[in-house]
Amino acid sequence: MNLAVNNTSLFLAAMLVLVALGISLWQKLGLDKDIVVGVLRAIVQLVIVGYVLKYIFRIDNVWLTLAMIGFIIFNAAWNAKKRGAGIPHALPISLLAILISTGVTLGVLILAGAIKLIPSQVIPISGMIASNSMVAIGLAYRSLNTQFRDQRQAVLERLALGANLLDASITIVREAIRTGMAPTIDSAKTVGLVSLPGMMSGLIFAGVDPVRAIKYQIMVTFMLLSATSLGAIIACYLAYRNFYNERKQLK
Amino acid sequence: MSALMTLTKVNYQVGSHHILHDIDWEIQAGAHITMTGPSGSGKSTLVRIIAAMISKTSGELIFDGQPIETYDPIMYRRQVSYCFQQPTLFGETVADNLAFPYQIRKQPVDTAHVQEALENVGLTAATLTQRIGDLSGGERQRVALIRNILFLPKILLLDEVTAGLDEANKTIVHQWLKHMNRDHHVTTIMITHDAGELAAAQRMVTVSAGRLEETR
Repeated sequence: MNLAVNNTSLFLAAMLVLVALGISLWQKLGLDKDIVVGVLRAIVQLVIVGYVLKYIFRIDNVWLTLAMIGFIIFNAAWNAKKRGAGIPHALPISLLAILISTGVTLGVLILAGAIKLIPSQVIPISGMIASNSMVAIGLAYRSLNTQFRDQRQAVLERLALGANLLDASITIVREAIRTGMAPTIDSAKTVGLVSLPGMMSGLIFAGVDPVRAIKYQIMVTFMLLSATSLGAIIACYLAYRNFYNERKQLK
Repeated sequence: MSALMTLTKVNYQVGSHHILHDIDWEIQAGAHITMTGPSGSGKSTLVRIIAAMISKTSGELIFDGQPIETYDPIMYRRQVSYCFQQPTLFGETVADNLAFPYQIRKQPVDTAHVQEALENVGLTAATLTQRIGDLSGGERQRVALIRNILFLPKILLLDEVTAGLDEANKTIVHQWLKHMNRDHHVTTIMITHDAGELAAAQRMVTVSAGRLEETR
């Protein structure tokens, strides 16, 4: 293995942050504070998670592994909720959607023997699944909010004709699920052509034969399709009802 | 005629702003009522309360002998149908719109019935395949009206549905409304500012500053 990012190289690489900072100041983007905070958070979070993972991998305890997965899922749900501003119960909905999408996808991978039930495999994979599910749900929430605002009149008319809440919302729900899944499908189409994704790059970096590395990337493509579709469909079907009140009127 | 709907001391307010004040109104089965009043007087709000699209703040609304709250709103709206001014058509073709009332009732489309309804408003079966973007304003409004009556409601609420239509289209809609009321016994309540429609009205109520008065 030839992995040699020492502290000096990392410090020198930090100069790259100055590029972003310089552009922000030069173009008066007002992002300088966000960039500094973002970089500091990334460093602190990654250092902590590095030591936590080292400890968890060494202990190799199933409960500790599950607790770590739970922590990842909760954070993913919390972030997805932020995109669902104005949608009541967005946190429990996101939590359930990410829990099920991560659980089912992870379960299939373990049962299929694609990954082993050991912390060093289960935790990184859970993180990848939950984060993609989180992005899909966040996009789906934003789409629901936008569409329920833009298509208010059409929804009212469907209700006035005696449609139930699902019939009144179905075109919006479908579009939101599509929006949530679109980035995963797009990246599945261009994988290997535009980018060598994280999993594959990581394995190649670590010296694994690229032909073996692609098998993992193919698995990742499958699991992300499952995770985003499950996450988006569960979140949308649970969230759309919250746009109506108890008398089945559009809020 | 018996009362199909009774409103007693119906109020509607948003925050501290009173939009409707103590509306008392008895709507007889089979009536054909014209509603008018200045813009912003609360006509549309009143009609939307009757259509269960919004809920009154206080008071009582009895439909067919039972308080509105005892009905499932979805089933209620199939009996008290509201047609909007400048309606939005769904999907891509006229057929998509006329299939909708069947879809929501999980029933197959009754093509013969749809064609008859189209002919009643001066359209033909050929209209079914027309794209909604190609329809004139009058055609759009007539297609929207048909959506409301493919399954006959007990009350049909029309919110300025003839506004912006030319005289020919207005006449078609008026004749169709008379047909609905006389032959199918649909109780109709039509909001309008149109001088001709007001002159022709047999029964008229006026909403002014959130209060209702039976004026004819």
